[in-house]
Amino acid sequence: MPMNPTRKRRLTLVIVVAVAAALAIGLVVYALQQNMNYLFTPSQVQSGQAAQYKTFRLGGMVKAGSIQRSKHSLEVTFTVVDADGAMPVEYTGILPDLFRDNQSVIATGHMDGARFVATEVLAKHDETYMPKELKDAMAKAHAQAKVKQAIAQDKSP
Amino acid sequence: MTPELGQLALVLAFLLAIAQGLLPLLGAWRGNRALMAVARPAAIGQAIFVATAFLILVWAFLHFDFSVRYVADNSNLALPWYYRIAAVWGAHEGSLLLWILILNLWTVALAAFSHRLPDAFAARVMGVMGLVSIGFLAFTLFTSDPFGRLLPMPVDGADLNPVLQDPGMTFHPPVLYMGYVGFSVAFAFSIAALLGGEVEQAWVRWARPWTNAAWGFLTLGIVAGSWWAYAELGWGGWWFWDPVENASFMPWLVGTALIHAQAITEKRGGLRAWTLLLSIFAFSLSLLGTFLVRSGVLTSVHAFASDPRRGVFILIFLTIVVGGSLLLYALRAPKVAGGKPFNVVSRETALLIGNLLLATASAMVLLGTLFPLIGDALHLGRISVGPPYFGLLFPFLMAPVVLLLPFGPFLHWGKADGGVLKQVALRAGIAAAACAIVAAFFVQGQLKAIVGVASAVWIAVGVLLYALRRWRDMPRGRRYPAEMAGMLLAHLGVGVFVVGVLMSEALSVSHDVRLAPGRSAHVGGYDFRFDGVHRTVGPNWYADQGVITVMRHGATVATMRPQKRTYAHDQVQTESAVDAGVFRDLYVALGEPMDANNIGGAWALRLYYKPFVRWIWGGGVLMMLGGFVCAGDRRFRIKRIAAETSASAATASPQESPA
Repeated sequence: MPMNPTRKRRLTLVIVVAVAAALAIGLVVYALQQNMNYLFTPSQVQSGQAAQYKTFRLGGMVKAGSIQRSKHSLEVTFTVVDADGAMPVEYTGILPDLFRDNQSVIATGHMDGARFVATEVLAKHDETYMPKELKDAMAKAHAQAKVKQAIAQDKSP
Repeated sequence: MTPELGQLALVLAFLLAIAQGLLPLLGAWRGNRALMAVARPAAIGQAIFVATAFLILVWAFLHFDFSVRYVADNSNLALPWYYRIAAVWGAHEGSLLLWILILNLWTVALAAFSHRLPDAFAARVMGVMGLVSIGFLAFTLFTSDPFGRLLPMPVDGADLNPVLQDPGMTFHPPVLYMGYVGFSVAFAFSIAALLGGEVEQAWVRWARPWTNAAWGFLTLGIVAGSWWAYAELGWGGWWFWDPVENASFMPWLVGTALIHAQAITEKRGGLRAWTLLLSIFAFSLSLLGTFLVRSGVLTSVHAFASDPRRGVFILIFLTIVVGGSLLLYALRAPKVAGGKPFNVVSRETALLIGNLLLATASAMVLLGTLFPLIGDALHLGRISVGPPYFGLLFPFLMAPVVLLLPFGPFLHWGKADGGVLKQVALRAGIAAAACAIVAAFFVQGQLKAIVGVASAVWIAVGVLLYALRRWRDMPRGRRYPAEMAGMLLAHLGVGVFVVGVLMSEALSVSHDVRLAPGRSAHVGGYDFRFDGVHRTVGPNWYADQGVITVMRHGATVATMRPQKRTYAHDQVQTESAVDAGVFRDLYVALGEPMDANNIGGAWALRLYYKPFVRWIWGGGVLMMLGGFVCAGDRRFRIKRIAAETSASAATASPQESPA
């Protein structure tokens, strides 16, 4: 069937749009895969849930009295806790204004042995506000830990 | 007693909004002039009551009326008067009231400048504005009353969030809202056109100045927000791909597509359906922006703690607006299709490609922003996508826009001549390549910076070539009509913005250092000498203020005084110090004392050298100016409705391009 100019033009346009869309979707999927950051709490990390991810976000509360500055550099260590776990964190740099004992924080980074090495630490601007996502994650981790405990108690006697 | 009057004013405004939302639409449908005539007085009455409520809230802040919960939560006796006024929009309830006030300002402007429109059309536009207003007033009255009492009355209030105690914050939200809400006008025009089934394209000409003005405001609002984040958050960044920033950026991207699509629809009659769809999306994304900022469903650097009922209300409202208008669109859009055919090489094609790229970019930002919600819904776990996602995709989508930009004005409508394009490409290309080679020597071969210079020169030369051609070819007085001048300004702004972004990203140097008093650090060719920290006080804070002397080749360049302020309730806020310059900013923020008990000792400091960072906002300001200049074009104001509409109806053909 011979193509009239209008048809031909439309076909060209459809092909261009389709190729562009395919390219865009491919790029988006790639970018998402590369940059998805999961949030885990210390107890979830210790139970191995984060093992498959190189970089992830660690969320919890700063354990009171755990913040320690190095004497000579900007290195600082502190412990992030949730109801059932604790995780030592190492960070080099300046901490946010609201970073302090018992403050909820989210740190991005990776595991190095048993320590979490953070590249970024966020504390919220509103002192009374805990991010919903962190609150949910901590509640979930706690529920899981309780179930495990219950199972363990069931088995022990 | 006065706060109750404020509430009463809001209730009366709500009733008038119902009158304005329903009666004129009914009148336009039944052809009843009396009902249509309700629109203007109802809108003006509503605006007076809303303004009264707003002023009562301002009054309550100025007079420390802590019996009003909102005032007690967001101000205290020590807060200076200018920040007490800014505190009106410092939290949820007041910013909603500001939103409504601005909606009313736009509506009053519409009432004043819509006399030349056909009565039925004007009545429909005003009616749609009234419907939007009903939604927001109901939201305020039922979930977010700014005048709620707090008994017993506290002696002193809490405080305005210290992050908001900054000149940028007094300015940023109102301007941003002018833009957000301004898109409601373009939305109202589109819905009115769909409702009326207008076959002519005249409505687009009437909508264009409004859309351009709204876009100008939104641009300025985003620029102000970015500047504020840079100066106030203490991280030295100008954009974080934070959900709240994305919330304002998505309507901007769609709005940018919209103002270009409107040009096609107005001049050629084409892409009508697409233009209608973009107006609906621009406003829907503005609403979604409110939803994202106010509901707290997403973790953000500046999310407010909030009440889930509000989120549900906005979600329902959003569903009605988006669902309703898309349904109307599906039913009526086929009837408004039309326009002249165009060739592959034409201005239409170039604008269409730009439009698709901008729309895709907006969808990409939306996906990244909402991804945590999607992951949650699909039980994938707690996921978020970081800035690298956006940083990877955005340049890909925008690079073709930059490449196309110089050609746009040279392309003719319908069918363009390829010869002139080659000439433009050759000249702009040679200029860009030459500047890139020169730049390469200055930027130590940093590819990003070289690309930045090349793209900026490419755009700027394209703009200049076109300006020159107009100068040569057109008689005096007709060379640069406002619409044309606005376009040239805005396009030049894109070039300035691009060079700012890429140069500052490639060449910025940042150091977190630990310095004892008297010691120096070398950053970006400058020596930053730390001269210690002392205590100072302000109206409602005390601060540890550092003194940093910046030297270059032994000569003092600047003395900088960053602060670590402590406001009421031990809220700490970093005030960075910036030494601004056309080609570079020096930026210093105080971290923390190495020994908490000895503020006179060593401190952690954040030192930045940021070249060309100011060009980012400069480009934004140029774009904003372009939007306003364009909106002021006389052509949009001249009454030529009767003659044009009949002519265009005659030439309109059913060859609508795919939308």
